[in-house]
Amino acid sequence: MLKWLVGGPPFVFLVAFFLLPALIMVVASLRYPGEFGGLAPLVSTKPGEEAGLTLESYRVFFSDWVYFEIFAKSFGVAALTTLVCLLMAYPLAALIARSPKRYRDLMVLLVVLPFASNFLVRVYAWMIMLGPFELLFSRFAVICGMVYVHLPFMILPLYTNLEKHDPALLDAAQDLGANAWQRFWRVTFPLSLPGVFSGSALVFIPVLGMFAIPEILGGKDDWIVGNMIKESFLGTRDWPFGSMLSLMLTLAVLAVAGAASWLAGRRVSRA
Amino acid sequence: MALLEIRNVTRRFGPLTAIDNVSLAVQAGEFFTLLGPSGCGKTTLLRMIAGFDLPDAGEILLEGADMADTPPEKRPIHTVFQSYALFPHMSVAQNIAFPLRMAGNAPEQISAKVRDALALVHLEAKGQQYPHELSGGQKQRVALARSLVNRPRLLLLDEPLGALDAKLREEMQIELIDMQREVGVTFVFVTHSQNEALALSSRIAVMNAGRVEQLDEPSRLYGFPRNRFVADFIGKINLFDGEIVAVDGERVRLRAAGLGEIEARNAAGLRPGTPATLALRPEQVRIAAIGAARDLPNRYPGKVRDFLYIGDVTTYVIDLQNGQRLQALLPNSSPGRAKFFEVGDAVTAAWPAEAGVVLTE
Repeated sequence: MLKWLVGGPPFVFLVAFFLLPALIMVVASLRYPGEFGGLAPLVSTKPGEEAGLTLESYRVFFSDWVYFEIFAKSFGVAALTTLVCLLMAYPLAALIARSPKRYRDLMVLLVVLPFASNFLVRVYAWMIMLGPFELLFSRFAVICGMVYVHLPFMILPLYTNLEKHDPALLDAAQDLGANAWQRFWRVTFPLSLPGVFSGSALVFIPVLGMFAIPEILGGKDDWIVGNMIKESFLGTRDWPFGSMLSLMLTLAVLAVAGAASWLAGRRVSRA
Repeated sequence: MALLEIRNVTRRFGPLTAIDNVSLAVQAGEFFTLLGPSGCGKTTLLRMIAGFDLPDAGEILLEGADMADTPPEKRPIHTVFQSYALFPHMSVAQNIAFPLRMAGNAPEQISAKVRDALALVHLEAKGQQYPHELSGGQKQRVALARSLVNRPRLLLLDEPLGALDAKLREEMQIELIDMQREVGVTFVFVTHSQNEALALSSRIAVMNAGRVEQLDEPSRLYGFPRNRFVADFIGKINLFDGEIVAVDGERVRLRAAGLGEIEARNAAGLRPGTPATLALRPEQVRIAAIGAARDLPNRYPGKVRDFLYIGDVTTYVIDLQNGQRLQALLPNSSPGRAKFFEVGDAVTAAWPAEAGVVLTE
């Protein structure tokens, strides 16, 4: 009884706001676009009007390499952003985790402080900074913006993980003959893998759907999946095509996440 | 030459002097114990021997060589940590292989040595398990195996039995002694438990407030404590404060307030007029009915206040006539005769002149 009282509301919430929209998206991707945007009706009301269900969006998607290329490019941008975030966040997270306790909360506050100002304002600030160096409207500018915006999402899970490490383990490793490099690769890093994985997921997935940064900082051909989806809904007003793209993105992300967790699982069982 | 020599080592933390001019030497093959209450500096000293901390003054020498510039990973010294500090992401075998891999041993050599180490601690079947699957006692054994697998010159043990329950602790004590004999590695053991120290050690340094109060074999420490702190810290003891009134060859007479004169064994430096304390172990006191024990020179009437039946022995608490409380231990060697006296019984507490030690510090 109590189990239902506690579990009920989140269950209802997830059904109403996650499962239903996902189903609506699946159905929308199988319909015709409306004459002036939106969706065409399921049952034809005027002669000559397209109505009912169709695989047209999927046919277009799978018959042109350009969509595959944009997907591949998006995953490349997301992977590079994730890698740069990881390399920048790890030392910082480790530094915070090893600082005296009374400074840690302050440092974490500084990490999340950028969230206190508007996202677009911060991206425009990059425009002002990169402009004079002729670096604007390039892949480089896009990566800068992506890394900047997503860095806290990498730092926080890493810090949460590293902070829990028992310092006695490093003492033990050193006592048993491990130098600083060996202590990191054999003890700290393997133990921080859960933090690395969750931080990477929190960066990789949002980057794929991001459209504002490539639009503001990127050049003409720096579109990623997010831009295509946004353009389908707001530009060409082809809702079925946008829904299909969203669905494909979701499936691709799930495939990547599945592959990653399979690899991680194999690593653990071998270790 | 001593295996480990600590020469005039001092370590300060701000205004606190954790180690105050300590000198001691550990011989190869010894089971050496640093014993003291928490905060006495024993763990600080251990960390300095391991290399995690450096002395402010003085030297630590291993086989005659100063260790000041040798970091922990280069010292042929391993530590068994209080929390065991097993690597949670490695199996038991991988934990034990760790120091061998760090030392660059060949894989086939590693697996042979790991197998031997597992056999040493009787965990042959546990090699593939992970630390979280083990009991406290098993973790303890893995930590020992890991520290001994590449035969360090010196093994430091920081309260390694502290987290185990009483029965397991006793078993592990016996195993530790066996293990040390088997591998021949010198042990430096840190503990606050005097029972553990007495049971395990070949020699004990009793520490207090950053200094070594006494360094001796267990039986000498127990039988001949040098000062009040050692007497009180090791085992149970009755202390009678007074003043020396007569010195006569083998014997001295000590006047204790309200009791009269106590006859005791002479010790160096005792002169009439010196304030002194007689330290008397509970098992040296005999309890008899009033008027009995006429063969003993020290006899004092008192009343049984309490007794604690422990099993092998019964501890009596006697109120003496001067108000001082005395503890006496009676062995229960014949079963069914758990107690000889009842609470409130008038008794005589008596002891021979050879019992106890006269302390002047």
